[in-house]
Amino acid sequence: MKTIAIKVTINKKQQQLVIKPNLTLLDLLREELGLTGTKCGCEIGECGACTVLLNGQAVNSCLVLAPQVDGQEIVTVEGLAVGNLLTPLQDSFLDHDAVHCGFCTPGMLMSAQGLLDHSLDPTESDVRTAISGNLCRCSGYQQIVDAIKDTKVSVNDTNKARIHTEKRT
Amino acid sequence: MSQQIPHESAILHVTGEARYIDDLPASDNLLLGRVVYSPHAHARIISFDLLKARKAPGVVAILSFKDIPGHNQMGPVVKDEPCLAETQVTFAGQAMFLIAAASDAQCRAAEKLIEVKYELLDSILSIEDAIEKNNLLGPPRTMNRGDADTAMKNSPHVIKGELRTGAAEHWYLESQAALSVPGEGPEITVYSSSQNPTETQAVVGEVLGIKKKDVVVEVRRMGGAFGGKETQANHTACWSALLCRATGRPVKIRLFRDDDMIMTGKRHRFLIRYEAGFDDEGKIRVVKLELNSDAGAAADLSFAIMERAMLHCDNSYFVPNMAVLARVWKTNLPSNTAFRGFGGPQGMAAIETIIDRIARVLHKDSLDIRKMNFYGLGDNNVTHYGQVVENNHLHTMYDQLVKSSEYATRRKSIEEFNQANEFYKKGLALTPVKFGISFTTTHLNQAGALVNIYNDGTVLVNHGGTEMGQGLHTKIQQIAAAELGVSIDRVRVNATNTSKVPNTSATAASSGTDLNGMAVKNAIEILKDRISATVAILFNEKDASVTTDKIEIVFENDFISDAKHLDRRIGFAEAMPQMVLRQVSLSSTGYYRTPGIKWDKTKGWGKPFHYYAFGMAVSEVLVDALTGAVKFLRADILHDVGDSINPGIDIGQVEGGFIQGVGWVTTEEIKWDATGNLMTHSPDTYKIPTAQDIPLDFRVALLQGVPNPDVIRKSKAVAEPPLMLSLSTWLAIKDAVSATANHEFEPDFSIPATNEIILLSIEKLKHRKKARTSHQMLE
Ligand code: FES
Ligand code: FES
Repeated sequence: MKTIAIKVTINKKQQQLVIKPNLTLLDLLREELGLTGTKCGCEIGECGACTVLLNGQAVNSCLVLAPQVDGQEIVTVEGLAVGNLLTPLQDSFLDHDAVHCGFCTPGMLMSAQGLLDHSLDPTESDVRTAISGNLCRCSGYQQIVDAIKDTKVSVNDTNKARIHTEKRT
Repeated sequence: MSQQIPHESAILHVTGEARYIDDLPASDNLLLGRVVYSPHAHARIISFDLLKARKAPGVVAILSFKDIPGHNQMGPVVKDEPCLAETQVTFAGQAMFLIAAASDAQCRAAEKLIEVKYELLDSILSIEDAIEKNNLLGPPRTMNRGDADTAMKNSPHVIKGELRTGAAEHWYLESQAALSVPGEGPEITVYSSSQNPTETQAVVGEVLGIKKKDVVVEVRRMGGAFGGKETQANHTACWSALLCRATGRPVKIRLFRDDDMIMTGKRHRFLIRYEAGFDDEGKIRVVKLELNSDAGAAADLSFAIMERAMLHCDNSYFVPNMAVLARVWKTNLPSNTAFRGFGGPQGMAAIETIIDRIARVLHKDSLDIRKMNFYGLGDNNVTHYGQVVENNHLHTMYDQLVKSSEYATRRKSIEEFNQANEFYKKGLALTPVKFGISFTTTHLNQAGALVNIYNDGTVLVNHGGTEMGQGLHTKIQQIAAAELGVSIDRVRVNATNTSKVPNTSATAASSGTDLNGMAVKNAIEILKDRISATVAILFNEKDASVTTDKIEIVFENDFISDAKHLDRRIGFAEAMPQMVLRQVSLSSTGYYRTPGIKWDKTKGWGKPFHYYAFGMAVSEVLVDALTGAVKFLRADILHDVGDSINPGIDIGQVEGGFIQGVGWVTTEEIKWDATGNLMTHSPDTYKIPTAQDIPLDFRVALLQGVPNPDVIRKSKAVAEPPLMLSLSTWLAIKDAVSATANHEFEPDFSIPATNEIILLSIEKLKHRKKARTSHQMLE
């Protein structure tokens, strides 16, 4: 198969990649780049486990072809924390016990981040809508909704972010 | 020690570092495996040809049953499940061949080149059909108390009916997955997403024809399981192990979502026939039940699941005369399997339907019927299988929840709303849960642990339980830290590994923390005993003016001290190198078996459960009578977890279990077509709840001040019981449907109550109302 070259910024790092044109963004991230934080739950755009930010918008990476992201900017779950410093959103997931098996967590975080980046003060209903494409089979969603809702007060408030010394790097 | 600490892997999860099978770093020679399965529900395999497929590019191995070095068998209880089909297939989705290639695309290309000739056979695809053809999987079972027939004859009121409960797909977010890695000689290591590593080890050994000492199974975590990985994770493990053995290379199989849904078993469908007698007040005198379950093509855990249904068809109610007949039917569908609740939900749905009907017959609120039939505190407290309902919290919970949910006021305002609105109806229902905790297969109630303390004062805990998101490892970490009196960050819980703790039971029956927590505690007690003796010697050597006895030694706040002379103390971390110097072993196994349970399966009598977990819920819904659409307005839940080890985790389990149950009773509909092929094999067509489907107002509380005697840290199991709280949602919908005909008729109802079922039910009520009006006009 023919290959094509793309330039893409992933988690703030510019990369030049040579890929097969039928590669999905999900496979590019997981298989080619080893960014396995983004999960694969269905491959047909229904579960949201593969959600990443594409130019700031939450998208299902299993539905995006890798050539489409040429010249674009991608953020994955690996791009949220800075070193040992968790974002307020990640922190809030810990505080609200919003993580059970964790398989939906990366996708949930990215959908939530997509929401919080555009709306500083989302209502509970906004939050439920924003994650309505993210399936979670463990939690019953309320803890996740609360985690996202309670993050809003601290968006851009770096004081809220705390250093987790136990985090391994 | 109750503590709200985050899940032990939470930081790894939010940063994307937590690894599942599919995320494990791949070695260069990794192969991907693919399972080729039957498209037919029942057929004879006349011939197959793998030659062309074997020559396809990139293919390293293609296996049929002929290539299995050991036994072609992976049935967990009954040996009735071939690993790969031989001369016939008995359900659509049954594994036939295995392919290993460098890429998935190559596997798929090769699959197209496999040629199989079938002779199609008649298939049985429904319980009715199985009953008609008398296709029983095993002998029927009965459970009786009193004299049901006489009691029925003497009852002032008798109702009779039929209830169907649907199948459901587990929909763990991480589909079935395993990675097998070859070792030296016969050795193999299987990284599996399994709730039961010991059984996975056994079954892998069986198909490979090797002994358990040569098979290591490791489970770091699962991306959800819910019973779906209790036996059926073994399958994927076996398939990857076979390919690994054949190629000598690591092989990973992760089932594609649709394949997973097509190939694996579901919650058992039930067809329940009931008859109940009661008095004018609403007190139940007698219940007769016929429970029929659809086992699918093999036994799997179907008999145990049916047994739990039989043991839960009383739910929280005293039924003086009871006769249960239970039959497990064999059909040509994937073998149904464990799913949170394990037959309990189906059994409870039967009795809750009966109660609900009694209320309608007597024109009372079902709430009152429930209350008057609850197991009593001093009398009427023995179940139909002989166990005394001890520490019964039903009455306390009822009082608290009726009050906190403002049941009476809301009932009134709902009645007003329903009077005022023709096309929208609201419904309200309260249902209780009493769930027995323990495996009913008594010997499974045991657990092992291995605790290592290192000379830097850190602790590594191994135990037989597996982490699937329920927070078991977090609770174990808390238990170990509390028992050793050290801070939580000194303790790490290892991946579950069969070479560390052997011969374990599945992490199932909600008993993970109860059993493994006790085993860990036992190991730590042994270690503390050894350490105390040596620390006492240390203290006495240092200062002989007083004598420290080892029984005075306490472990607290990262210190080991003499409780009588608190100045005699040493830091935990400081003490450990001393232990090594003085030749004290800092590693110990631990063991636990649940005491006091006795269950005579043949008589159906005894004490199968260590204790009961209780819960109660009130649901309120709004039904659109023109479309059947449901809006979930409010849920109030009160649940009993004893003294919670971790309230955040427990609340999460309650909410998650409840919503999973809500899916089962509302939107989750499994459909097979006339050829036995699954139609709802993708999230496109199979709808589990989303964030939009949960109650608009969701209030969950844990019952306070109810320590559970004889259980680790006075806690209670949580995982399964909350699922059945969703029957309140189901009956609230039924209440709203019933309101469309002023509660004068019994609505036709089943599980799941999809929009379609709701609408049909409303239509039928309309016709009955019309029929009656025209009848009255004729008169
Ligand atoms: S994997 Fe992309 S939406 Fe499910
Ligand atoms: S935490 Fe398991 S799927 Fe959401």
